[in-house]
Amino acid sequence: MRDLFLAVLLRDLKLASRRRIDSLLPVVFFIVALSLFPLGVGPEPQMLRDIAPGIVWVCALLASMLSVGSLFAGDLADGSLEQMLLAPQPAIAIAAAKSAAHWLLTGLPLIVATPLVGLLFGLSGPALAALLAGLLLGTPILSLLGALGAALTLGLRSGGMLLILIVLPLTMPALIFGAGAVSNVEAGLSASGHFSLLGALLLGTALGAPLATAAALRISTE
Amino acid sequence: MNSPPLRLYTFAAPSRFYQLAGWLVPWFWVATVALTVAGLYIGFFIAPTDATQGEAYRIIFIHVPAAWMSMLLYLVMAFWAGIGWAFKARLASMVARAIAPTGAMFTFLALWTGAIWGKPTWGTWWVWDARLTSELILLFLYLGYIALVNAIDDVRRADQAGALLALVGSVNVPIIYFSVKWWNTLHQGATISMTAAPKMASTMLTAMLLMTLAFWAYAFAVVFTRTRAIVVEREAHAGWVAELAGGRMRP
Amino acid sequence: MNWGSASAFFEMGGYGLYVWGSYVVTALLMTLEPWLVHRRQRRSLRDAARLNPGNEAES
Repeated sequence: MRDLFLAVLLRDLKLASRRRIDSLLPVVFFIVALSLFPLGVGPEPQMLRDIAPGIVWVCALLASMLSVGSLFAGDLADGSLEQMLLAPQPAIAIAAAKSAAHWLLTGLPLIVATPLVGLLFGLSGPALAALLAGLLLGTPILSLLGALGAALTLGLRSGGMLLILIVLPLTMPALIFGAGAVSNVEAGLSASGHFSLLGALLLGTALGAPLATAAALRISTE
Repeated sequence: MNSPPLRLYTFAAPSRFYQLAGWLVPWFWVATVALTVAGLYIGFFIAPTDATQGEAYRIIFIHVPAAWMSMLLYLVMAFWAGIGWAFKARLASMVARAIAPTGAMFTFLALWTGAIWGKPTWGTWWVWDARLTSELILLFLYLGYIALVNAIDDVRRADQAGALLALVGSVNVPIIYFSVKWWNTLHQGATISMTAAPKMASTMLTAMLLMTLAFWAYAFAVVFTRTRAIVVEREAHAGWVAELAGGRMRP
Repeated sequence: MNWGSASAFFEMGGYGLYVWGSYVVTALLMTLEPWLVHRRQRRSLRDAARLNPGNEAES
């Protein structure tokens, strides 16, 4: 099973490396979307600092959802998805590998871009650290759930919007704890509860989502 | 033609269900009306005025039953969808699909009545308290399910995908509720929980219970009727449907 | 009995708009939904009849 996992993961990474611009799009979207907020709500520094955790998380969510839609599309189109599913190893390996690839290509770049965002919104050091820690725990959750949504909506016309509609409610707990952690730190309180809950969410999702995604892949390709 | 002996799972056959449901639905309507009359009578004419909220609290007799039904129906929907998927039982999948719009309706009602109740009590049309916010997310879960099954043309794939989504949603409902409660207590300043509702006199409780049963009966009536429609739509080419539709057109 | 008069009943201690606003919308939706479902059921039977034209028994 580890072989299939690695094979799929490395293949996705290699394919992405051939289309570097495409791979950077989620991060660009992330930053552009975030920049809209000061334009919309005004540049007052304290307010921006207050809303920063929430909007960073929301934009990370949206950036993830937008890029996860095409997770399986390419493989479906050229027939390689069917080939992968024919392998004797369980489809969970494929699901897990795809989720990992998505996180490496979208989640991780978002985390790397966040310090810049912290600058734009005037976040203090501890707040930024809390934001980064939260995103580190939370973006894998987004990738795992996004993969499930992508598998369920595979090949559908209305795919993109539909995926966002069905996955977003499931990601709300991560959003609540992630943004809440930063608010707590800014208020001088401890965020350990938030991080524990985020960690528990990540664990639960990592155990359950690939299984569900594998089932969804079978449902969508049969 | 000999009728085979009846067993419980005989009614798992769409044709049998169609007949049974057709027989039961009128009785569900009778129960709905009777329970509604009884519940509202007690609620408006026997239950006393609330000390803190005045007459506005009487919205509770539809708000709480609607909220309970919205949550219950989601679980029931997920259950039957799961059964349909696991046992390839077509009727179970049809019932699940039939439940969704009614569940969404109750969720909307819970939100609408919740918002209206909030206005005289707390001065705003909407409060982001834990329960209302969870109801809102539940509405999104319903809408997502309905959108997904409607977007997939292949009936079998749609049923199975819907079942998976509904089951994943069911697992998430307690997680979402817990996280929203947590979130709500953090931002306590802005909101007052709706559960700080009137200390319930027993007559109020009775009325609420009766209305809940009324909504239950209503749900049965509507869901069974919708299932019958779905059965006919899907089994349109079956012999028994041809006889049914071509012959006496019973509504 | 709680209400001195019919007008007191409608006013609901000043909250009439809210209380009746809720109940009216509820009644509306819970009448609309069954009606729509009923229509769907009749339509499904009509469509099925059209799909199976071989039946002579048009009573």
